[in-house]
Amino acid sequence: MTSLPDPALPATAPVARIERFTLTERALHWMHASAFFALLATGLILYLPALSTLVNRRNLVKNVHIWVAVAWAVALVVIFVVGNRRRLAEDWREIETIDRDDRRWLRGRRAPQGRFNAGQKINALLTVAFALLFALSGFFLWLGERDHRFIFAGTGTVHELLTFLSVGLLVGHLYLALIHPSTRHALRGMTTGEVDEDWARKHHLKWVEAERLASAHEHPTP
Amino acid sequence: MNDRTIGRAGFLGLLGAGAVGLFFAKDFTGVLDRAVPKSVSAVVPTSGWRIYTIGDSMPTFDPATYRLRVDGLVGAPTSYSLADLKAMPRAEQVSDFHCVTGWSVQDVRWAGVRIKDLLEQAGAKDGVGALRFVSAEKPYEDSLTLQQALLPDVMLAYEMDGAPISRPHGAPVRLVMPQMYGYKSVKWVDHVELGVTAEPGYWEKHGYDADAWVGKSNDESA
Repeated sequence: MTSLPDPALPATAPVARIERFTLTERALHWMHASAFFALLATGLILYLPALSTLVNRRNLVKNVHIWVAVAWAVALVVIFVVGNRRRLAEDWREIETIDRDDRRWLRGRRAPQGRFNAGQKINALLTVAFALLFALSGFFLWLGERDHRFIFAGTGTVHELLTFLSVGLLVGHLYLALIHPSTRHALRGMTTGEVDEDWARKHHLKWVEAERLASAHEHPTP
Repeated sequence: MNDRTIGRAGFLGLLGAGAVGLFFAKDFTGVLDRAVPKSVSAVVPTSGWRIYTIGDSMPTFDPATYRLRVDGLVGAPTSYSLADLKAMPRAEQVSDFHCVTGWSVQDVRWAGVRIKDLLEQAGAKDGVGALRFVSAEKPYEDSLTLQQALLPDVMLAYEMDGAPISRPHGAPVRLVMPQMYGYKSVKWVDHVELGVTAEPGYWEKHGYDADAWVGKSNDESA
């Protein structure tokens, strides 16, 4: 969504912005984030002995944990059904594509990046994989309690390992999104949907240029 | 392999590894326990123990009011304070603890009372064929046949790893039945009933095996 210059505005127009995330993408991100924090909090209460002893509503906590997981899955389906599926497919295509520039970037070289840089792509790939594995192992933890034929040797281990790994990933994500000076502007993109074009040009050059080309096609200048 | 398959291969590889892990992943907390400092292992359960309960809050232990009631096929029902139990012949052992959900803790040091000594103290009648161990955490209970209960490594333990049994582990007294899965080792025991035949315990009513031999029950070598 690039806005055409409005003649009514003064020449020193406010900073140009560029849309990075549609409502669908932001809904997906914040839905997942909320569910993750709720599941982490309830999960830790069940898992850490000190918290277990402290909180005397263990069955309630366990039920909340399970129902939040169910709500997460339902919300996921709802977002896919009513949201902008074409955009989500486009996101996934971009995330899966680790091109030459991404590989150079990952080796610590300077290389122009798309709408997602290589680190963000890996974060997204890990997040999706972890979420699916959390759901799978969690489902079998639940089912195994009801039917011992579904107790597998590593279900609990996988669920726990995922917890450790995703907390590590979350700490890095929060640092880059909230604290690190050159990346924290990205948080605006996930709240308002838009980022400053100057910032985007600096960190996601290939994306800004592709957008330019696309909008030139849509609105050819006379 | 094009740019897109790299990300996808990594993603699918991770999913596959996680799914395989459900069946084969070994408990990793043993490794963690050696790797992390004591201050961490006091918070995160790196010792390998997971705390499972069925109720909202763990029973609290008050030395002034705690009594272990022994009734059923006895001369006269009797109650024992923790001090009474400690006055009985003290047995010590080192044994492994295996949970049916896949984790194990090696070399746990226990101290407590052998079932044989308890039966002598209580004046068990002829015809006792089974013992029902009832937890203060309602409605948890489990039973052993007399023969199983008299195995040389079965005890009602009041010490674990050199300290009084902690609240999450079943303070003040828990059953220890190392040759069977942990759900047989009732925590927070406050009532032992001597009967003729073994009653189905809490998990057995949910379809788990009554004879929960480690490695040979719950469909393991079927």
